[in-house]
Amino acid sequence: MIESILYLLPLIGYVLLIIVPLLLVIAYLTYVERKVIAAMQLRIGPNVVGWFGLLQPFADGLKLLHKETIIPTRSNPIIFLCAPLVTFSLSLSAWAVIPFAPGVVISNINVGILYLFAISSLGVYGIIIAGWASNSKYPFLGALRSAAQMVSYEVSIGLVIIVILLSSGSMNLTDIVEAQKSMWYVVPHLPMAVIFMISALAETNRSPFDLPEAEAELVAGYNVEYSAIIFALFFLGEYGNMILMSAIGALLFLGGWLPPFHVIPFTWIPGFIWFALKVSFLLFIFLWVRATFPRFRYDQLMRLGWKVFLPFTLGWVVLTGFVMVAFNLFSGGQG
Amino acid sequence: MKISSHPLIKIFNSFFLVELLSGMLLTLKYMISKKKVTLAYPYEKGSLSSRFRGEHALRRYSNGEERCIACKLCEAVCPAQAITIEAEERDDGSRRTTRYDIDMTKCIYCGLCEESCPVDAIVEGPNFEFSTETREELYFDKQKLLSNGDRWEVEIAARLEREALGG
Repeated sequence: MIESILYLLPLIGYVLLIIVPLLLVIAYLTYVERKVIAAMQLRIGPNVVGWFGLLQPFADGLKLLHKETIIPTRSNPIIFLCAPLVTFSLSLSAWAVIPFAPGVVISNINVGILYLFAISSLGVYGIIIAGWASNSKYPFLGALRSAAQMVSYEVSIGLVIIVILLSSGSMNLTDIVEAQKSMWYVVPHLPMAVIFMISALAETNRSPFDLPEAEAELVAGYNVEYSAIIFALFFLGEYGNMILMSAIGALLFLGGWLPPFHVIPFTWIPGFIWFALKVSFLLFIFLWVRATFPRFRYDQLMRLGWKVFLPFTLGWVVLTGFVMVAFNLFSGGQG
Repeated sequence: MKISSHPLIKIFNSFFLVELLSGMLLTLKYMISKKKVTLAYPYEKGSLSSRFRGEHALRRYSNGEERCIACKLCEAVCPAQAITIEAEERDDGSRRTTRYDIDMTKCIYCGLCEESCPVDAIVEGPNFEFSTETREELYFDKQKLLSNGDRWEVEIAARLEREALGG
């Protein structure tokens, strides 16, 4: 008993070491989002709470904490309360396999990318359970849309990942990053990187694909009935997913912790910083896109997913395989 | 046929996301180079027209005598019927109000009361920050209106002057 606790302690330490900064980053992502969108719309954004509004996320969090949690009478309370927990814990558990720097990863499993893919597929459940358990029309419609959208775009994300697997010859995220030492995959697979980014927007239900949350038609989508801290869990989960998707994008296409050039001033900066910079850049794209584009119509969204991205990525998979066989580029990884 | 509407150009544009990227470039330019338009409201305020119709006030003459002669034109003209006036003759023989109430929750700030006033007694001043925590505080009586007049007299007089000059 004692030994097993002693064995678990450092593990719990690692997990906290990732989760606590992650929650802080999520909090400040909401702040940065408001600031960036404000700047693009010629506004100032939050600037009252703390210097430059830097304490705004904590004010928001405190507000959500002390509000009353309302559970609708016609809902199923147990499932209703479970849904945000599912979303939140799934968005955190995916971080187990993300390498922040060479060797800095909780669990360096050899099917890391499959694990990520499985976890992000499970994310749909949190949303559909929320919509179902609320027993109310807007959340239900929002949840249906959200589920359909996430399932559709996961197909193209899966094919994009297959392209990366073909190129790197490994499912281990550390190996995938190491395989990009000579050239980041964004260079040969630029169209795939763009499709990955667009699909990530759809996957995380972000603008311009935030149909589940279309205010004009569905109020706030599947989380209409949620309030206070359980709403905050949904919110944290969604923003956590955004960061997760950016991290995956950085690992698959932007060479993770690798510096852009292997020459002196770049190699001085530790890999962790490079990784953080790349993730921040991708997150900025999320916000930038939100400030720029109007929302897609639902049928356009489905058309884009199934009739454009799916055939295109499929074609690219074939092309990649063909090129690799023709020029004998297989690196012959562990797989 | 314009070159930009050629089918091949259209296909090229949609495939390379040309329109989307130019849109994103625009927002980026706005973010970096444009001047912000936010007014930090409680700390800085925008300019008001001298015809702005804000909180009501009853004015006095410079000798301290109240202007209102209880002609009740404002009460009659008020489309929201927010004004209630009662009047009787004072000892010195002049006609003054004993009661002048404005229900600010009914008032629609149309300004007809100040238009109709023959002695410039009831005016709508420049103040728009008079929100209250209870409904009752918005039932203004004569005393409240007169104290408003005392408080805002300088601004109100300046506004009336400007309007008179402007014709």
